[in-house]
Amino acid sequence: MKTASPSKDATQLPALTEIRWHGRGGQGAVTAAKMVAEVALGQHKHFQAFPEYGPERSGAPIVAFTRISDDPIQIFSGVEHPQIVAVLDPTLLGIVDVTKGAPDDAVVLVNSDLPPAKLRAKAKMKGRRLYTVAATRIAVETIGRSIPNTPMVGALVRVSGLFPLESVVEFLRAEFGKKFPPKVVEGNVAALTRAYQEVQGE
Amino acid sequence: MATVAPILAVTGNEAVAEAMRQINPDVVAAYPITPQTEIVQIFAQYVADGKVDTEFITVESEHSAMSAVIGSAAGGARTMTATSSQGLALMWELLHVASGYRLPIVMANVNRALSGPINIHCDHSDSMGCRDTGWIQIYGEAHQEAYDNHLMAVRIAEHPEVRTPVMTMTDGFIVSGAIGPLQELETEQVQEFIGPFTAINPLLDSAHPVTVGPFDGLHGWFFEHKAAQQQAMDRALEVVDDVAREYAELSGRRYDLLDPYRMDDAEIAIVVVGSTAGATRMVVDKLRSQGVKAGMIRVRLFRPFPHAEYAKLLGRCRVVGVLDRAESFGAQGGPLFLEVRTALYDCDPRPKVLPFIYGLGGRDIFPDNIEEAFAALRKAASAKKVDTRRRYLNLRKDEV
Repeated sequence: MKTASPSKDATQLPALTEIRWHGRGGQGAVTAAKMVAEVALGQHKHFQAFPEYGPERSGAPIVAFTRISDDPIQIFSGVEHPQIVAVLDPTLLGIVDVTKGAPDDAVVLVNSDLPPAKLRAKAKMKGRRLYTVAATRIAVETIGRSIPNTPMVGALVRVSGLFPLESVVEFLRAEFGKKFPPKVVEGNVAALTRAYQEVQGE
Repeated sequence: MATVAPILAVTGNEAVAEAMRQINPDVVAAYPITPQTEIVQIFAQYVADGKVDTEFITVESEHSAMSAVIGSAAGGARTMTATSSQGLALMWELLHVASGYRLPIVMANVNRALSGPINIHCDHSDSMGCRDTGWIQIYGEAHQEAYDNHLMAVRIAEHPEVRTPVMTMTDGFIVSGAIGPLQELETEQVQEFIGPFTAINPLLDSAHPVTVGPFDGLHGWFFEHKAAQQQAMDRALEVVDDVAREYAELSGRRYDLLDPYRMDDAEIAIVVVGSTAGATRMVVDKLRSQGVKAGMIRVRLFRPFPHAEYAKLLGRCRVVGVLDRAESFGAQGGPLFLEVRTALYDCDPRPKVLPFIYGLGGRDIFPDNIEEAFAALRKAASAKKVDTRRRYLNLRKDEV
């Protein structure tokens, strides 16, 4: 198994990073979009996160966005050309054009048990830099629930090089710690860390 | 002097609810409606948790919400409410009552399209539609203003020279549901800034009985009341500016009656309301880097409309484009277009003014669309004859 190396794979990020999240209602894509924005705030970056609003139904495809920037963010349009696409549910690949508008060097991170090469062949994906992480399995084994958002954030932090893993761990302990018992918080920390370690590149 | 507050990551609705918590009004009567729901939900929680002293009146509709707000304000209470879209529409007849009684109510409106077809997304047809109900209207751009505008609105509404209800606007979902940055004042600072509420001729002062809203017919003073409302609107221009100056001393954030960007030598300019201003500024910067003398004005105060300031800033332009996120069916353009063009009528030479419609029912607008609008302005600047019919931005051409 080949894991993603942060030094080699970390994206050379421009001043503005735009992330598009694809998931299904109930998988926590919106929460993940907001979590990354809030971690960015802790790293003294400018941030914005918003879902593409529609009827909110469990299981229906949903889209959310995160913007992170060194400069104040004034644009409120939807993200057209994401540098990073995070797919929380691999069953969306045949239904939603997840790479729409993403430039050829965009990072595409998919929650999947398959290694990137196999997933690429299966999904007939052209171009872009594909990464996979078994986020649902990690979530079940660490948190005890099949909500893949926290491990997806861990993998995204690794492949994007946006912030150090410790900054997200600190955030989880501080913010989740306000709302959840320690067992849940540490489960999320474990999920985040495992996904960070296990995400695979091509 | 301004202190540096920590930056919070909040939704636009949370920013509004925070302002309401710090204002701590005597009475809030509100009914939840998408996309304003979060404001009412959070504020009701503050009431339940004892974080505010507010009497929260649950009501069965927005018509009742506005009725209860009018009753409590007339009774002598500092009063607020919040709504959107159909909710604002259901309040309609009572909006005139609130302004006609000169009640200093503050209402947060989270902009959303009016049905039909059914749509929950952002446009300005709700608040633009009630521009003639006698309320002061302030439009915000993003999260910080969703907070700041409410603190200033309390002072404006209650100012003895104004005594007129104020409606504050935040773009539905685009800002209300997005996470963005907010810097808050300390609650004590807010309380000091807004000051204690002074009721004028309150109904509950039984030692000095008054009647509010009796019949005022053919031989009465109805007409004079309406003239007085207009005089208050005229005075409001100065009051809004004074309050903003004082708020700037407190917060470090200065809000003018309108928000110009690179207008000093602009030959073409766009006038826009709300969250689209940011993308417009980016396009202005791009055009400037190409040597195009482009500028922008973002609307803050729409009622009263500071027409003299618009004439002063836009009068030197060759062509002005007005971006309306609302329709005025059968008119020559949207509500903002009609206002801007009227403001420029007395300019000599008079700029050409073009109407654009965009973003109805939440249709997204991208920098490319705004560039398209600027391209139309550039073309009009050199054309002998200009087509001044509506131009639509990001309208699906294959299906209309």
